[in-house]
Amino acid sequence: MSGAPLSGPSQAEAALAAKTVRGGWLLSLPALVLLAVAAVGPLLIMVVYSFLLPGEYGNVEWGFSFDAWTGILFTRDVFDDTLRLEDAHLSILLRSVNLSLLTTIFTFAVGFPTAWFIATRPQRQRALWLFLITIPFWTNLLIRTLAINEIIRAEGLLNNILIGLGLIDQPLQIIYTDTAVFIGMTYVYLPLMVLPLFAAIDRFDMRLLEAGYDLYATRFQVLRRIIVPVVKPGIIAGSILVFVPALGAYVTPRILGGGKQMMIGNFIELQFGQGRNWPLGAALSVTLLVIVTAALLVYVRFANREVRHG
Amino acid sequence: MSQTIAISAQNVIKAFGHGEHAVRALDDVSLDIRKGEFFTLLGPSGCGKTTLLRLIAGFEMPSGGTILLDGADITNLPPNKRPVNTVFQSYALFPHLTVAQNVAFGLEMLGKSKSEVSARVAEMLALVKLDHLAARKTSQLSGGQQQRVALARALAPQPKVLLLDEPLSALDLKLRKEMQIELKRLQLETGITFVFVTHDQEEALTMSDRIGVMSSGHLQQVGSPKEIYTRPRNRFVASFIGETNFLPATREALGYRLDCGIVVQAPASQAQRVTLTIRPEQLRLVPEAEGDVPVKITNLVYFGTDTHCHMSLPDGTEVVARLQSPSDGESGLQVGQGIGLRFLPGALQVLEE
Ligand SMILES: Nc1ncnc2c1ncn2[C@@H]1O[C@H](COP(=O)(O)OP(=O)(O)OP(=O)(O)O)[C@@H](O)[C@H]1O
Ligand SMILES: [Mg+2]
Repeated sequence: MSGAPLSGPSQAEAALAAKTVRGGWLLSLPALVLLAVAAVGPLLIMVVYSFLLPGEYGNVEWGFSFDAWTGILFTRDVFDDTLRLEDAHLSILLRSVNLSLLTTIFTFAVGFPTAWFIATRPQRQRALWLFLITIPFWTNLLIRTLAINEIIRAEGLLNNILIGLGLIDQPLQIIYTDTAVFIGMTYVYLPLMVLPLFAAIDRFDMRLLEAGYDLYATRFQVLRRIIVPVVKPGIIAGSILVFVPALGAYVTPRILGGGKQMMIGNFIELQFGQGRNWPLGAALSVTLLVIVTAALLVYVRFANREVRHG
Repeated sequence: MSQTIAISAQNVIKAFGHGEHAVRALDDVSLDIRKGEFFTLLGPSGCGKTTLLRLIAGFEMPSGGTILLDGADITNLPPNKRPVNTVFQSYALFPHLTVAQNVAFGLEMLGKSKSEVSARVAEMLALVKLDHLAARKTSQLSGGQQQRVALARALAPQPKVLLLDEPLSALDLKLRKEMQIELKRLQLETGITFVFVTHDQEEALTMSDRIGVMSSGHLQQVGSPKEIYTRPRNRFVASFIGETNFLPATREALGYRLDCGIVVQAPASQAQRVTLTIRPEQLRLVPEAEGDVPVKITNLVYFGTDTHCHMSLPDGTEVVARLQSPSDGESGLQVGQGIGLRFLPGALQVLEE
């Protein structure tokens, strides 16, 4: 490939290239239409709604207002109309980001060795292991989460076993805590981390390991200087696939966190339900989208720089 | 050249697998490789060349025997503790690093200072003539360029021994010839001991100081290219290196009696039944009366500078002579013609069975 002298494109070639580009644009039209209808449209509706007034029984009333946006972090005092920082809202946002980050880190810590293990099995066994990894997808998320509830609740399996073994006297209070949400999300999102990692490690040329050892690298240096940078695309993909849905998680915090340990997803749902504040819900949704996009941009930029400078 | 030993393999055995599936890739191999020499391991596919190289590099542990480096036992040292570097057949360049970063890798792992690393990298890239590509990603290089990076990377830490596993086999013929010369130059300039693996006998003959010929896990013969070619020890070596003729014979008081009844002279041997060998270029065609053996021409194959003349001895044994084609292209020989065959004095060798 390389080394071939590059000649300037002739006019005929340029014309052909222009034609191909135009044809390519036409071909991507269905995708563009789909994108407009399925992504841009709803997003626009959301943005518009976030600047309207809440209706008394849900829905919106037409009338321009910033209230929804200030309502994300502030409450208006009923007596003197001043704005106060709303700690509860802030803590929901922070908890969402924290739990999602923790989940991403932990699924990586568990998922990487798992993916490595699978990718280094003989070809035949690999399919079996991958199959096992995907089994949880066969059951509805709600049911899987309820199963975890069944295990970790006060009179659940885990506590019964621990008490039976005499390790504890009082049941551990795990259910309806951040820990419960974390456990649930780690379990639910682990396959999303393992699969892209597996794909990257599967493509990894194991002979590079020998080259590393041959050039005096220790095991840790081989991991840090060779394996991690080479499979980085898989790490990035896995982290995104876990972090993004974790940040918007709804079912898991709802069931395992109870009513109190809300995440942003539950908070949004609340606005469209009991809260009857659709504009606030819309503003929160847009906020979530912005956080995710910003996080992704920073992360991808950072990760690529790492790759470039070894 | 100093005659001290760089690598010494002593009774090395390597078995893969267990029980009835066990394969002895190396079966009691003992070998001394001298300091500063270009040593080639030559043998057909599956004979254990790569296995021996990997044992020296430390990627595999021997099932038995010892390996010494400069007299010190390194049998149980891991590869990152051995001052030995490898040029892999697949090159195994780090895809996420540039050419310069690849070359720097070993030096950095050895904890060399930044200035030392960059000076040495520059020196190495100049040595393999890749200075202008230092900042390229390795995926943007041609096969020959990748080869040079692999060489520079392995030479940079100044190993005591450089191991090369068929490094040229992925290159096309022209590039391979260039790299053969290049490798030889690098070896002379650096003075590092090279252990080179190939199954190409011509490559082995032209590049090596000494060659170790292997077959099915055994070392068949070790010697200079000339020794290996002119005095092959056994039938395997004789036939693997170059073309040759085999003449079954029986030892007698005055020499060896060929199966066609004629007695010829060859070096002494213990065995009664032997095989004599002689290279095609050591046969001469003469008028029938003046030859050592009368033969019949069965085929003539024109190769340009050479003509191969296939003949059968009275007992039916086939031999081939390589003759220089006459300038007008007309040898005057004809298929079916009877002619005399003469062996050049001292050319017949006796093979161990
Ligand atoms: N990891 C292994 N497991 C089982 N058998 C092996 C292994 N590595 C090598 N062998 C066997 O050992 C023998 C020698 O293999 P080796 O790779 O050393 O041959 P080679 O001389 O390098 O051949 P080639 O020229 O094809 O590279 C072969 O029969 C091979 O099948
Ligand atoms: Mg090999």
